[in-house]
Amino acid sequence: MQIFLPIADISVNAFLLLGIGGVVGFLSGLFGVGGGFLITPLLFFIGIPPAIAVATGANQVVASSVSGVLAQVKRKAVDFPMGFVLLAGGLAGSAVGVWVFARLTAAGQVDLFVQLSYVLFLGLIGMTMFVESLNAMRRINKPGAPIRRSHTHNWVHGLPFKMKFRASGLYISILPPLGVGALVGFLAAIMGVGGGFIMVPAMIYLLGMPTKVVIGTSLFQIIFVTAFTTLMHAVTANTVDMMLAVLLILGGVIGAQIGAQVSGRLKAEQLRILLSLLVLGVAGKIALDLLLRPAELYTVTPGLLP
Amino acid sequence: MIRAAILWLLLAVPVCAATEDIVAGLSQNRVSITADFEGSEILIYGAVRRTAPAPSGQLHVIITVEGPSMPLTVRKKERVAGIWINNESVQIDSAPSFYAIATTGRLDDILTETENLRHQITIPRAIRSVGISDQSQNAGDFVEALIRVREAENRYRLNERSVQFTQATLFRSDVLLPANLIEGLYRVRIFLTREGQVVDKIERQINVRKEGLERFLFNMSRDQPLLYGLLSLLIAVIAGYGASAAFRLAKR
Repeated sequence: MQIFLPIADISVNAFLLLGIGGVVGFLSGLFGVGGGFLITPLLFFIGIPPAIAVATGANQVVASSVSGVLAQVKRKAVDFPMGFVLLAGGLAGSAVGVWVFARLTAAGQVDLFVQLSYVLFLGLIGMTMFVESLNAMRRINKPGAPIRRSHTHNWVHGLPFKMKFRASGLYISILPPLGVGALVGFLAAIMGVGGGFIMVPAMIYLLGMPTKVVIGTSLFQIIFVTAFTTLMHAVTANTVDMMLAVLLILGGVIGAQIGAQVSGRLKAEQLRILLSLLVLGVAGKIALDLLLRPAELYTVTPGLLP
Repeated sequence: MIRAAILWLLLAVPVCAATEDIVAGLSQNRVSITADFEGSEILIYGAVRRTAPAPSGQLHVIITVEGPSMPLTVRKKERVAGIWINNESVQIDSAPSFYAIATTGRLDDILTETENLRHQITIPRAIRSVGISDQSQNAGDFVEALIRVREAENRYRLNERSVQFTQATLFRSDVLLPANLIEGLYRVRIFLTREGQVVDKIERQINVRKEGLERFLFNMSRDQPLLYGLLSLLIAVIAGYGASAAFRLAKR
């Protein structure tokens, strides 16, 4: 069934959109990532103009994150104080990011910058997670191996402004979460994603939060960051396509629920290794696009350069 | 007796250009883009009206359908430090968003270059790019690339010999408007040519508009962007909550 999208000005298959929404929603519920880093390239691929893909993708991430976070709240897997601290940093970071994004657009190289950031950050994070999870799995499979602590004390724990995060079982300074939030918010604004794929490993490896709490808390703060992004795009550039969003959301919320159910049954290490493989796959695909000679060297964009 | 004399007179009058003109119609002059729009086929039909017998030389028909024009930027990727990035760019003053040509014969045979220049019929002529050579040494490549890209997207089309022309009098052609249409007035031009010269031409218009829900959403996104954004978020939150609640119920 074909459906015409009023803002994107193209006709696409409605079931294809439901499917894309469903797959991304499933991963979102499974890993606690918003799925922006998947949905945006997928929408490009089916021919949605980039600006509309980024803005509408953010809208769909809001829905799947709401759906996912509610499932996590029921399992008491959301650290709300931590979520708010991360969010405070995140909004500040994304405000700076939006400004930098506008500067890069004026310079005409925003596509390249976005692609390079994807390759760099996805590649780095994917590799780190992959290697770490493999080591963790090997340790578990070896009987008699030294028991690994949930987190180790390092310089992070010597900083001032300490605060108790009951759900995470942490007593740490609020400075590192603020900083992590700001960095993620900044990157999120530039790359047009919620930033869960950066947030999740940062929470696990930098802040030492338990994996179970990480997913819910990450989803919780992604809701607000992507809601902010959606609104900004709708007001400044009119690039949110509601028809497209509704179809993606419909698939997405159902997928997110199934994903959340599955995530409860998988071991933390398995979850992490799967997420790292997914992240590496996307990074590899974007890197290949940059390295291989494109079939058509020329691109046509409506409008004149500023 | 008088009738015969007039007839004889008409036959004897040397043929001038105004003796043949086009009468034409469109199967529809409105296209409504609704949610289930998948493209639209327009039938363009007509006849040649003569006030005198046809002069020698074969008559041909050229039909063009042209969507709203807009300025464009064409960029070329080049390999810099191992990666392919946008490097050179050329700005095109105005290019139609859609352009289809249907003819009764090979365009080179039925239209001279001067007539093409005057009426701007072929695809390269429909693209206005004055002063483009100042922007790049290979400006021509950029225009060719634009045409190639748009032909691949089915936006530009040249269908030679696709107009049916019966007894040099009745003609008809179907023009397919694709699903990725842009709103606006589409200009239909019909040319009658003989030996490369345009004998007559007429113009018609097709009004392409979004209707119903499409119209409503489009207008709202432009007129009330904040409300539109908030409504999008509301839908997202309700859908997210709804799915969560539904699954909780289903699990019980």
